[in-house]
Amino acid sequence: MTTLPERTEKKLGLVIDLDTCVGCHACVISCKGWNTENYGAPLSDQDPYGANPSGTFLNRVHSYEITPASGPAQLIHFPKSCLHCEDAPCVTVCPTGATYKRTEDGIVLVNESDCIGCGLCAWACPYGAREMDAAAGVMKKCTLCVDRIYNENLPEEDQIPSCVRTCPAGARHFGDLGDPNSDVSQLVAERGGMDLMPEQGTKPVNKYLPPRPKDQIDEQIDILAPLLAPVSEEPQGFFSWLDKALERI
Amino acid sequence: MHPAPSVIVFTSLSGLGFGLLLWLGFGFPAVSGWVAFVFFAIAYLLAVGGLIASTFHLGHPERAMKAFTQWRSSWLSREGVCAVAALLVMALYGAGLVFVGERWSLLGWIGGLLSLGTVFTTSMIYGQLKTVPRWHTPLTPALFLGFSIGGGALMAGQVTAAIVLLIAVGAAQIAYWVIGDQALSKSGTNLASATGLGADGSVRPFEPPHTGSNYLLHEFGYVVARKHSQKLRVIGLLLVAVIPVLCLMLPFSHALAALAVLSHVAGVLCVRWLFFAEAEHVVGLYYGVRTT
Amino acid sequence: MAQPQLDLSPPVSDEIRKTTCYMCACRCGINVHMKDGKVAYIEGNRDHPVNKGVLCAKGSAGIMQHNAPSRLRAPLKRVGPRGSGQFEEISWDEALDLAVEWLEPLRADPEKLAFFTGRDQSQSFTSFWAQNFGTPNYAAHGGFCSVNMAAAGIYTMGGAFWEFGPPDWDHTKLVMLFGVAEDHDSNPIKMGIGKIKARGARVIGVNPIRTGYNAVADDWIGITPGTDGLFILSLIHVLMKAGKIDLDYLARYTNAPVLVNSDPKSPEYGLFLRDDDGKPLVIDRETGKLTPFDQPGVRPDLSAKYRQAGITHVPVFHLMAERYLSDEYAPEAVADRCGIAATKIRAVAAEIARVAFDEAFELEAEWTDFRGETHKTMTGRPVSFHSMRGVSAHANGFQTCRALHVLQILLGTVEVPGGFRFKPPYPKPVEAHPTPHCGVKPNSPLNGPHLGFVRGPDDLALKEDGTPARIDKAFTWENPMSAHGLMHMVISNAHSGDPYKIDTLFMYMANMSWNSSMNTRGVMDMLTDTDENGDYVIPRIIYSDAYSSEMVAYADLILPDTTYLERHDCISLLDRPICEADAAADAIRWPVVEPDRDVRGFQTVLVQLANKMKLPGFTDEDGTAKYTDYADYITNHQRRPGIGPLAGWRMSDIGLTEGRGDPNEGQLDSYISNGGFWVGHIPDEALYYKPWNTAYQDWAVKIGIYDTPQPYLFQLYVEPMRKFQLAAEGHGDRQPPDHLRDQIKEKLDPLPIWYETDQTGNDGFTVNALTQRPMAMYHSWGTQNAWLRQIHGRNPLYVPTKLMREHGLKDGDWAKVTSLHGEITVPVMEMAALNDNTVWTWNAIGKRKGAWALDKDAPETQKGFLLNHLIHELLPPKGDGLRWANSDPITGQAAWFDLKVKIERTTAPAQSQPAFDPITSPVGQGPDSLAWKVGK
Ligand SMILES: Nc1nc2c(c(=O)[nH]1)N[C@H]1C(S)=C(S)[C@@H](COP(=O)(O)OP(=O)(O)OC[C@H]3O[C@@H](n4cnc5c(=O)[nH]c(N)nc54)[C@H](O)[C@@H]3O)O[C@H]1N2
Ligand SMILES: Nc1nc2c(c(=O)[nH]1)N[C@H]1C(S)=C(S)[C@@H](COP(=O)(O)OP(=O)(O)OC[C@H]3O[C@@H](n4cnc5c(=O)[nH]c(N)nc54)[C@H](O)[C@@H]3O)O[C@H]1N2
Ligand code: SF4
Ligand code: SF4
Ligand code: SF4
Ligand code: SF4
Ligand code: SF4
Ligand SMILES: [Mo]
Repeated sequence: MTTLPERTEKKLGLVIDLDTCVGCHACVISCKGWNTENYGAPLSDQDPYGANPSGTFLNRVHSYEITPASGPAQLIHFPKSCLHCEDAPCVTVCPTGATYKRTEDGIVLVNESDCIGCGLCAWACPYGAREMDAAAGVMKKCTLCVDRIYNENLPEEDQIPSCVRTCPAGARHFGDLGDPNSDVSQLVAERGGMDLMPEQGTKPVNKYLPPRPKDQIDEQIDILAPLLAPVSEEPQGFFSWLDKALERI
Repeated sequence: MHPAPSVIVFTSLSGLGFGLLLWLGFGFPAVSGWVAFVFFAIAYLLAVGGLIASTFHLGHPERAMKAFTQWRSSWLSREGVCAVAALLVMALYGAGLVFVGERWSLLGWIGGLLSLGTVFTTSMIYGQLKTVPRWHTPLTPALFLGFSIGGGALMAGQVTAAIVLLIAVGAAQIAYWVIGDQALSKSGTNLASATGLGADGSVRPFEPPHTGSNYLLHEFGYVVARKHSQKLRVIGLLLVAVIPVLCLMLPFSHALAALAVLSHVAGVLCVRWLFFAEAEHVVGLYYGVRTT
Repeated sequence: MAQPQLDLSPPVSDEIRKTTCYMCACRCGINVHMKDGKVAYIEGNRDHPVNKGVLCAKGSAGIMQHNAPSRLRAPLKRVGPRGSGQFEEISWDEALDLAVEWLEPLRADPEKLAFFTGRDQSQSFTSFWAQNFGTPNYAAHGGFCSVNMAAAGIYTMGGAFWEFGPPDWDHTKLVMLFGVAEDHDSNPIKMGIGKIKARGARVIGVNPIRTGYNAVADDWIGITPGTDGLFILSLIHVLMKAGKIDLDYLARYTNAPVLVNSDPKSPEYGLFLRDDDGKPLVIDRETGKLTPFDQPGVRPDLSAKYRQAGITHVPVFHLMAERYLSDEYAPEAVADRCGIAATKIRAVAAEIARVAFDEAFELEAEWTDFRGETHKTMTGRPVSFHSMRGVSAHANGFQTCRALHVLQILLGTVEVPGGFRFKPPYPKPVEAHPTPHCGVKPNSPLNGPHLGFVRGPDDLALKEDGTPARIDKAFTWENPMSAHGLMHMVISNAHSGDPYKIDTLFMYMANMSWNSSMNTRGVMDMLTDTDENGDYVIPRIIYSDAYSSEMVAYADLILPDTTYLERHDCISLLDRPICEADAAADAIRWPVVEPDRDVRGFQTVLVQLANKMKLPGFTDEDGTAKYTDYADYITNHQRRPGIGPLAGWRMSDIGLTEGRGDPNEGQLDSYISNGGFWVGHIPDEALYYKPWNTAYQDWAVKIGIYDTPQPYLFQLYVEPMRKFQLAAEGHGDRQPPDHLRDQIKEKLDPLPIWYETDQTGNDGFTVNALTQRPMAMYHSWGTQNAWLRQIHGRNPLYVPTKLMREHGLKDGDWAKVTSLHGEITVPVMEMAALNDNTVWTWNAIGKRKGAWALDKDAPETQKGFLLNHLIHELLPPKGDGLRWANSDPITGQAAWFDLKVKIERTTAPAQSQPAFDPITSPVGQGPDSLAWKVGK
């Protein structure tokens, strides 16, 4: 049902740490693996061994260069999947009700058996979080691993999204962003978590932790300079310092 | 946006079809009998043909029926409902004219308004999209309605109305282009807001997330060369408004009238192609497709 | 309309089979989820010591490797000309008979066989096979990989970077990375960076390129390639000058106090003063007396000199002070060459000093050192370093890596909390390693292990006449300390018949006709070159691969391997184990699925070949086979009594035991039920100070890492290097050829130095050209993977903004890139976070048409490219009539990253150049669509 729920009991989502993401693509492939074997139609690939390979992925890692006014350029790895928006335009545009936002936890899903593959939801999503599967003819998107997070066939500790479980750097966090006391909400508060494209008015649930300030070491030198005061200017002095120093240990 | 032939044909033809139905519904021209049959036949061919074309790009056309369920929130759904209603009502109205020789004016008016509604809902499918700043403007419905009514008038042989409307539409189209060229940069959405990284310096896409292609690049990655689009704009304008208006101003002749209609139809297809091809989707920012 | 009812607990799989990943050499534990007997999904094993549940992109994509259309299907016999890729499939009986027909006669003259292995993870086994065959010509790929790190580490501190030791991620407060993009410890490094990022600790990345780890680094130092040694020695200069060094640590645990003969006229000049048992001598501060370094209660003196028989002996530390306090290492003196501002060098030194000394801390843990002294606590110095090929793949990499270790040791931050830690079987001093062996006798085994650590000229692998004993010229005067051999020289030496001709080249898991060779086209020519009577110059080539790689086309006989999910493997403590800093660990792979093709695990094939040839070691006197297959070998082979390939679940008279023990028929089952691995934890009091910690030494002896305790001193001053210098100066009876004397005198300095790598012929070629490992690709073999190749299907040359401007280039333009050896034409992209004078690309993305079951128009062949075409294994002629190797003069490490180029804009060719004609694919081409779902 295409109208958005008034409110959802939880706001489950991801918090992605741009200060820590090393851009390894582990989350990309883990997601591809889990979702090819699980929820709905497999994520297909076209011309996979050919001249123009393409395929469906629910999570992709971009990278951007930042050139500050002064100081060296920086490079940021930028994972992106569905942000499970509170005001999700993808939901309201869907003519069939295939796309919906779950009232329990706010997860935005596609009910593939209702999807006519018109693509309008992908047009409505500002984040490129939806990809039509060329083989299945239905819209695919991040399910927040809805078939893992409550799955009693998985050990408790594994009832988290596949991409979060696999992230070697621990740059992905999963939890209830509706609960101000949850670890993820705390993290967002401490690190100044941000929304992508706030002006689009989608109210994303997923948050991004900005990179910490970089290349600050030169600024410390004045404070630290005393540490480097020579024990003596000429080599001989060094050896007499050495003798004294050795006495002390 | 990827200018998919199916959508271009759909929006262009059904626009003209419903435009013609609208005029017929309001009783211009006041035809009946076999003449009415011909007019209605043309209108239905265009409207229905367009609607059918629109299903070509569906992954699951067999489920198309489901698309009528979400009229409460979805413009696409509303369009479906409107279209069907318009076609049914106008069919009844047309039947009256053709077979019974009766004009049930009220029915005609309702059908006409539904036709108008259909064109409006179609336009809102695009106009509603914040993600495509060029489309996200009242000018989009205005333009769709303009083309529909103007084209309809032309085909309904309403010469004076057609001249006025086509000149207006031509002007509106120019305005649309001028405003549209600024739309993305004025929208406030840019790579900095898309990544949240603007504060620390200028942001530039480095490596794409995948060297292989995907659905998003296919749908939103389309770029027309500036020179190319400028050319097409001129041609489109000539075909859609200038030539038809000139034909109409010259002393009437069937050849000229036919030329006016053909030129207009070709023009609509041309500007509709531009409508899609020139539209920038904000997802392009993430991929570095558009920098402005 | 109501919201759909979902099944929130769908079954995940029928069964989980736990084994070890082999999408790269990191060897993480994986849970292979099976549905209907098929591989459905692969995730990390949470209990596994290496990855603790996480998995990288390659690991998760294992399922696509396992079903790759490029998998070889049966043994192949060449029918067309070499390099054409034309083969016929033959049976295993035919294949083994043919191999034996070629190999057996060579036992009479074993050096006619060269057996080299690439990504081999069973080197203790493959070397055992080669040793029993009798050939001196065996090595793995370490010589072109990172032998500089291994050798510098082991000669200096008895352990190395690479995957043999990590920073103490849980305690460190500053990590400095020198030239690391990915490394073998792929997941552990990422996990470590994640940990310290979570603590808000600082990472400093020293790297010309700012991607990956260096992108998340808090500070980036875009150093000029090849100058790290100079930068590090400057840090040492500043820190020593400021007295910011750990004197207590230096006195106790290093050879800083060891006395060195300082009389230039003495034949022992530069050697240690030793007692009659050969123990290095120091002066005890308490008594002022001369004494062996290891006596109970000794407090070695760092400054006292000693005069004996008219010869003055000075402590090593004295020599270091004299050298490194010199102004030639002042930041101001090195700044320009390193491309790092002097202020930045000082800032880094200051930060190191601050964290090492002001943030030092004590762990409440009592331990006893090898002198019998008990310490109440363990002192943490939370500065740690890691380094890899950015340092090692330069011809000055050995000395640079030595310099880095010396810096660590001066700070007292090795094997202490917060510093760098060893993983068992390290620490292991040079003395505990074998020396190289090359004693060949017809029809009998080699006289010992091929590879080892030379102590001096006497250990070189030379024949009576002084010529190289090995085909790769390892352990010769050209590169005396080449501990891993020189695989990158084998083909060109075999081709030129220098030092001698061979008959059969037998290779395993190395794509030598493509990405793992320098001068790729030249190598193809050497492999296909014929002599005057039309015979191949390298008469026979046998190769084992699992996939349709570029190298397959160049072999006469292909022995197709299984995938890593279809065979037994053994990741052994005798080899490159999966230990962690606080535990010994080893692991296995086992057939979680049976091959659906006529392929066999290569190690089993080696056993079968050995049995057919009745090789000693594999067969009893009466010729009966000891092992039926590799699994049998893993279970029952004993290297030393009680020591086998696997340390877990061995047998003793009182039942199951660890480390030392008898073979146990149920061992592999125990591994499987434990998730494919074994872990033996190091006692708490033995977790740090391992080289000197009696508790550790005793534990190591107990589990069989060594047979007696081996406490030792860190070698700031490496005496074996001095011995080579002495020879070069004319001392001793084993003398180097005259043309090498100067090189040895200069480069084999026993204290770290920096020298600019050989730039002969590089005039006009001024831009550094590098490659990096993509985290989501593994060398050439990731490309056959349908998922991974969508991420890295082509590789532009990344060019710094400054050079883009200079050459009028914009993204997508093509550039001609020339070195004095070759030329390539490739697409370029701009990069700002890059050293101003460096270009780079991802390694091994470019592919040969016809390989890997890809369409011949695949982007990897059209836009992808290799930098290897620009790199030569030899330096250009210098006019001295000799060809010098493009490798480190100490270890022979291939100097991939010394490459200098020139770039110019050019019109786009049809495809990246050079282009090669397609090879015939032995497996056809992959399907044109995929929707891999094995469950219903
Ligand atoms: N995903 C993945 N992982 C792998 C591999 C793979 O192919 N893919 N290969 C495995 C193998 S075989 C190996 S040997 C290891 C290698 O692991 P790494 O040593 O990380 O290998 P490289 O990618 O060659 O990284 C070399 C780094 O050194 C930098 N560099 C080059 N020259 C200099 C210099 O002069 N100074 C400094 N400071 N930096 C420099 C380069 O920019 C690059 O970042 O990785 C292993 N792990
Ligand atoms: N320009 C440039 N060149 C480089 C480097 C660089 O940094 N820059 N790095 C160098 C380094 S450090 C290294 S280690 C080399 C690596 O280069 P290689 O050692 O050649 O590594 P791969 O390309 O992975 O090739 C290994 C071969 O093993 C095969 N193989 C994979 N799995 C199996 C298996 O299970 N069984 C068998 N029998 N075969 C298998 C693969 O199909 C492939 O043909 O590249 C070197 N080349
Ligand atoms: S797995 Fe983690 S570190 Fe790797 S790309 Fe994804 S978020 Fe970044
Ligand atoms: S990110 Fe896109 S797909 Fe996901 S909820 Fe928001 S709008 Fe919908
Ligand atoms: S593609 Fe499917 S989910 Fe998306 S709007 Fe169309 S019907 Fe709804
Ligand atoms: S939450 Fe699940 S579906 Fe979403 S990106 Fe992560 S792995 Fe993919
Ligand atoms: S790092 Fe990745 S590829 Fe390598 S072993 Fe671990 S999971 Fe497998
Ligand atoms: Mo390597």
